[in-house]
Formats: sequence, C-alpha cells, structure tokens
Amino acid sequence: MSYIVDRRLNAKKKSTVNRQRFLKRYRKHIKKAVTDAISRRSITDIEHGEEIHIPADDMKESFFHHGQGGHAERILPGNQDFIGGDRIERPPSGGGSGSGPGASDSGQGEDEFVFQITQAEFLDFMFDELALPNMIKRQLVGSDEFKLRQAGFSNQGSPGQVDVVRSLRSAHARRIALTSGKRKKLKELEQQLHLLTAQQPILQNQLEIKQLREKISALKSRLKRVPWLDDFDLKYHLRAKEPAPQAKAVMFCIMDVSGSMNQATKEIAKRFFILLYLFIQRNYQRTEIVFIRHHTVAMEVDEQEFFYSRETGGTIVSSALKLMEQIIEQRYPLGDWNIYAAQASDGDNWNNDSAVCTEVLCKGLLPKLQYFSYIEITPNAHQLLWHAYQQVKENFPETFAMEQVVDAAEIYTVFREIFHKQVI
Amino acid sequence: MKQKPISTTSEWTFELIEAYDSEIGKIAAEFGLDTYPNQIEVISSEQMMDAYASTGMPLGYHHWSYGKQFISTERSYQRGHMGLAYEIVINSNPCIAYLMEENTMTMQALVIAHACYGHNSFFKGNYLFKTWTDADAIIDYLLFAKKYIAECEEKHGISAVESIIDSCHAIMNYGVDRYKRPHPISAEKEHNRQQKREESRQKMVNDLWRTIPQGKTENINNSKHFPEEPEENILYFIEKNAPLLQSWQREVVRIVRKISQYFYPQRQTQVMNEGWACFWHYTLVNEMYNRGLVTEGFILEFLQSHTSVIYQPPFDSEYFSGINPYSLGFSMMTDIRRICEYPSDEDKQWFPELAGSDWKTSLDQAMRNFKDESFILQYLSPKVIRDLKLFCIVDDDKNPYIEVSAIHDNDGYQRIRESLAGLYNLGDQEPDIQVYSVDLEGDRSLTLNHKQYDRKPLGDSTTEVLKHIHRLWGFDIHLHSIEKKEVTKSYHCPPVGVAEAHPAKAR
Repeated sequence: MSYIVDRRLNAKKKSTVNRQRFLKRYRKHIKKAVTDAISRRSITDIEHGEEIHIPADDMKESFFHHGQGGHAERILPGNQDFIGGDRIERPPSGGGSGSGPGASDSGQGEDEFVFQITQAEFLDFMFDELALPNMIKRQLVGSDEFKLRQAGFSNQGSPGQVDVVRSLRSAHARRIALTSGKRKKLKELEQQLHLLTAQQPILQNQLEIKQLREKISALKSRLKRVPWLDDFDLKYHLRAKEPAPQAKAVMFCIMDVSGSMNQATKEIAKRFFILLYLFIQRNYQRTEIVFIRHHTVAMEVDEQEFFYSRETGGTIVSSALKLMEQIIEQRYPLGDWNIYAAQASDGDNWNNDSAVCTEVLCKGLLPKLQYFSYIEITPNAHQLLWHAYQQVKENFPETFAMEQVVDAAEIYTVFREIFHKQVI
Repeated sequence: MKQKPISTTSEWTFELIEAYDSEIGKIAAEFGLDTYPNQIEVISSEQMMDAYASTGMPLGYHHWSYGKQFISTERSYQRGHMGLAYEIVINSNPCIAYLMEENTMTMQALVIAHACYGHNSFFKGNYLFKTWTDADAIIDYLLFAKKYIAECEEKHGISAVESIIDSCHAIMNYGVDRYKRPHPISAEKEHNRQQKREESRQKMVNDLWRTIPQGKTENINNSKHFPEEPEENILYFIEKNAPLLQSWQREVVRIVRKISQYFYPQRQTQVMNEGWACFWHYTLVNEMYNRGLVTEGFILEFLQSHTSVIYQPPFDSEYFSGINPYSLGFSMMTDIRRICEYPSDEDKQWFPELAGSDWKTSLDQAMRNFKDESFILQYLSPKVIRDLKLFCIVDDDKNPYIEVSAIHDNDGYQRIRESLAGLYNLGDQEPDIQVYSVDLEGDRSLTLNHKQYDRKPLGDSTTEVLKHIHRLWGFDIHLHSIEKKEVTKSYHCPPVGVAEAHPAKAR
C-alpha cells in the first residue's frame, strides 16, 4: 500500500530564499570579509568566491536554557574504572563539559560559523553601493528601453504579425500532405473512367461508369473539404524584447607603462583597472572600454596587451590624452555616448608636458567627459603632473577626481572613494 | 522456505523499490505493525539538504535561520564531515518518507524498513502523537502557514515579519500546552476561522485593556490578578493578550506556536521513536534474509550501516557527544524482546510481568503508552545498563568535586534509571518559566516567574530572549528566578536602570 514518487526533478533550490535572507542578515560581516579579501588577493584571483567567517556568538539564536550551576546530573556511557562514590576534580570551567546531554543540535561547538559565498555573490558585495558617477545625460540605472527584434516564428500571435509567405507555405504543405493519397486515387479513377467512356457506347458498362462517377464526385467533395488555410497554418513573427540602452557609455583606461613605472607600481595600477574593469563589465554591460597605454607614444591596445605586456622608455602623458581625444572624435559621438576616463600613473612626466596635459584636459577633453579619475601610485613627493592636475581639479571639481595610492591594500578604498555613489 | 533474492546488485530502480517495499510491508504486517499508507519520495541530495534545513517540514515558511541551517548542512556535507541523514520521515497521513537517489539498494531497503514501517507505525500508535498531532491535517496546515506568512511579507515587508518570527522562535519551546490537549488543526477551518479570529481576538484584547483608565478611580483593592492562574504557554498568552500586536502579528505567533506544538511529541519521544524504528529495520531485514529474499552481500552492507548508526562512543572518546538515542533506544527495544523470550532470574525479579510474555504484544504496549522519560523509568534493564556501562555523575556547585554517584552495579541500577529518565524529562531540562502576572492598571508590564529546578540558574542568553518577549509584548518585561519562595535573581527588559528613569510616565 505504498505510493512511490520520483521528486528528483522538482524544485531544487528550495532553500535559496532562506539562504539569501541569511546573507542579507549578516551583510555587515560578509562585507568586511569581502573587503579584506580584496586587499589580500592577487589580481588573477579576484573572480572567486570567498570563505566567510562569522563569530559563532553573533549568530546565536537565543532561547531559555539552564546555565552552569546548581545540582546537575549526567549519565555517561562507557565506564571503565569508576566505582560508586569516586570523586573527580572539577575541570576548569569553559571546558567541553558544559553542553547538556543529548541535544546539542547546534553543531560541534565551533567558534566560528564558516561558509562559502559564490563568485557572483562576492562581486555583488564588492560592488555594493558603487555606481558610475554623474550619469546625467540619461539615467542608465534601471531605465532600460526595449526594442522589438525579430526572433523566429511562432504559432501564436496577433493578426497584425502574420507572416503571409510562411503561412501559405505551411498551408500548402499541409494540403499536399492531406490530399496526395486522395489525388492519386482520383487520378486512377478518372483514368478508369476515361478508359470506360472511350469504349463504344454499346460495350459500356453503365453501372460501372455510374459507380465510378459517384466515387469520383465523393472523392472530389472530400478533397474540397480540406481547407485551403487552416488555423494551424498561420505563422506569426515572433518578436523578442531586447533591452536597448538609452545611453551608452565608454570607459577609457589610460595607463603609463614607461620605464619609470616599476613592477610594483604597475601591479597596483593593474589592480585599479581590473577592479574598474570588473565593475564596468558587471554593472554596465552596454559600456565599451578602450584601453590606452603610453610611454612616449600612446597606443590603443586590447585588454590582454594592456595588462600584460611590457614596455620601456620615457613618459609623455599628453600623447595618451590626445589619442583619447582622437578616438572620441572618430568613434564616440557625444550625443550617443557618456564618456568616462580613468588614468593611472606614477606621477612621472616630461616637465614641459604637464602644461600640455592641462590644456588638453581643460579645453579638449573635460567638457566632453562625464568623469575623469586619476590615481597616482607613488610613495614619493608629488611631481609636476600632480600639481598640474590639481589646477584642473579646481576648474572642474564636478567631473575630475584624483587620489594617491601607496600600496595595494588601499586600492579598494580609493576605488570606492572615487566611484562612490553620487546622488545627483 | 527459501525464496529467490529480489535483487543481486546494489543498483536500485523504481521497480525494485516497489518490490522491496511490498515484501517489507508484508513481513511488517505479519509482525502486526499498524501503519499509515506510505508515500515514498525519491529525491536528490540537494533536496535532502533542503528538507534537512527546514527541520524536515516539507513546506516551511521562509526564514533566515533555515538558510543558516542549510548553509551549515551543505558545508559539512561537502566537506565530508557528515553523511546526510539517510532518511527524513514526516508524521503525516499518508506518511511521507524521503529516499536519497545516491543510496544503494540496500540503503533504500533499510530506510524503507526504518522509516516507512518503523517510524510510521510509531507515529500512528504512540499516545503522544495520537493526542497532540493530527497527521491528516499537518501538510495542509503548513501550506496555509507558508502562504499566510508570504502574504504578510508582501503586505508588511519582509523585515517586519522576520522580526516577529525571530522573537517567536526564541520562545518557541514555550509555545506548547504541556497538559491541555489542543484542538486538532485543520487548514480549511483554519483559513475560515482566521478572519473571525482576527476580529474576536482584537475584541478580547480590547476588553482586557479597557479597564485601564477606569481602574484608577474605581476600587484599587478589588484589582484582579491577571492571569488568575500562571500560564505556561507563553506564546499563547502573548497571542491572546499582548496589547499592541496587530492581528496579522497574532496570527504569526499562532503559526509558530502550532508548529512548535506539532513537534512537541517528537522532542519527547526521540529515544523511543528511533529505538523502535531501528528495532524494526533490524528485525524486518533480518527476516528477509532468513527467507532468502536478500543476498549475503546485502545483509553485510546492511549490518555495517546498522552498527554504525547504533554505535555509542564511550564518554572519553573524541566522537562522544552525549548518549546516542539510536543506540539507547535500540538496546532497550531489543532487550524487551529478550526479556520476554529468554528471561534471566534478574529479569524475573525486575520485570515480573514482562518476563515470558508475548514479545510482540509487550513491545507494542511499550511503544503505545510511553514517552522517553517514562519509558526509561519503566524499561531500562540492568542488562542494558551493564552493556552500555552507564554511570551517573553529580556536579553540584556546593561541592568542589564531581561525584560518581552510581555505576552499573546492584546499588546503582535504580539510581541510573531514575537519573537518566529525568534527563529526558523536558519539563526538567528546560527552565520552568511561566507568565505570572500583568500589571493591568499600571505600566502594563509582564512578569514571568522562573521556578528553579535543582537550583539551576538561567543561561547566558536570557536577556536576549527577554528582548524578544519585549518586542512581542510591547511593554516592560520582568523575570524572576525563584528558589524556595525566594527570588534569587531578576532580569528586566529594558534593564531596570533605564526603566526607573521615568517612573512617573508609567503611572
């Protein structure tokens, strides 16, 4: 009298909601763990999940229970050499003897509750509260516009979307499929009739002819009953909604790869961009990224080359800015694109170039840009470029930001600082 | 009469499960097991973790604590720290049991025997389950609860609902009627009555609190003590009387209370329930082996699992984590059969009525009419005490030492029996806290009394729990620990210093 059910295909992720509620509740702890992890990790490994430790005390669900003290009895199994009346010294409190018998359902008395969050969750926490600043032209966030796009054909739809050619073609096919047998038979019968009627009238078997004629007319009427166009012949255009960005954004990443940038500095710069890159990829799928690296000459490169190839030589920052200006002119008309730029450098520049940079920025670039962020990675005193940029900042406090970074652990903080959600 | 084995490999199929189930069912019926119909559900390990995380309820409302449970289960499972429970069985009619797809045929058969015939017949037969739970209605009720709470979340926001549930969970164990028999729950009635309840409940609360402004001028001497009798079911008291709760909040309190009540018998019959199920999977599968229905390999794998389930690590082992209810229960159930069939002189002296009786009837009686506490008090035999080498230690804070008060010898048997039974008495193991009074005419504060048991104080999370009660009640909470009519310690929420800062306000 048993009933056996296969439930394996039923909803699997029953606990997902509960899990998310849990993550939400312990947001603070998880965020801290994520922040720590980001400053600790190497670049290549930023896209992993993370192990989160939460002190067990913070997680306790409280309920009434007895504390230590009073008169307590316990029954234990496996006696070896105790006899009645033996006295044992009380172990120092805080030892394992505290837990009550039987029902310690809360686990093995671990001090920390440890669990894994996925990469997606990790990044979510990492980018939490961050957004590209000054997205003023058109609010990107959550305001997707949809475009209808042809996406194949469907058997259902509104009359306005009927695809005539396909509908007729499928009706035709159906008619062939439904009638070919009958047509063949009709042909045969007609041939027979023809033969019979071709004979001399005397020899004609009138009865047979009559029967044939009847059969033929019956077949014809059946053929007629096959509809010319049936409901299920109708094919409709299937249209899929596709998000059409109301505003497009392009992010320029500019990095100094000259000889004065040592390996450690490059590493830090790379972190900044990787963070940026992950951030952009994640939040703004409709954002394009242009990588420009420069020493004395600037070059537009692909992502791989940008992060992982080596160059030497002097530094002319303005070359990169000029290249950026060119690219904007060629490919990113201002009406369609929001333009962002981020630059990382050690602060080195040819002395008389800094003035050029200021000019290019103030006259050419900044009026077109939504935001320009500059990080200078150096423990040393600032050089001319920094001072030049400070002037720029005074002129464009809204759209220009600069920060100094000394070591890798600071990157995330600075990153947050620069890209902290701005309420417009 | 030897028959052909049902299967010879460890692979399972639905046909095989059906075949095994029908054989096991046949043998179980021959032994006289009375069961609900079974619904055997095959699920994946992930689903098993889901079920596990929601304390075995097939439909639970959403709450973060289940997520926490799920995460820790998942983690220890993935790390291999723990095997998943072989089975989860739900006290419902039909009785739902889960089989995990990863298990071998042997394990599936073991689980079928254990859950579908062992636990199932226990649910149907034991007096606690019969009086306190309604197997026919539980699934519907859980569905109602889940829907209701989801609706509340939509209307009032997740965090509002969650905080109420948090608070209810904190005193969930105080949401049961220990002595009164509750009305059986039925989802349909529940739904129909729920609206009426909202109205009448609010009315009742208003009636209670209406006296406040008048009470002051009228006769203070005549002020009644409320509640007239102390109330042990704190959640019930809050549901009916908390002044500030909205009616949906009262309904949530009620849901948590009902579910707590549903699990109450399970908490009281752990040893018996598992012991009974282990006894029967052991007996049933061995009978299958005797009849030639299973192979040697099958029975070896079965015995290996069986022995690890009922293993009791000694107290000084690193694996020791209290007395294993499977082990204790199985030993006792097996021993009852032994006493009936092959009584020794000792047994005749200890169990004159049991010795030599029909074991099936006697065991059935034991299963039907006891809970852990009384079961141990009645049936724990000297032989089991000797086999498990049980001993009793007394840790009294008046003494600087811990005393071994009894071991497995003639002087110790009775003592160990009583002491062990006491450890399974929920009434003693949980602090006895009851609603004592409400200050109807004053600051509306709620006073709880804790009657100390063996001078035991309350644990360290008491103040936290009081905060939860405070959230539900809405006004000051006082809790007094009382030993021999003297208050030994008082807890207040909000802490008393703060409360006294505005004494005039309350009056």
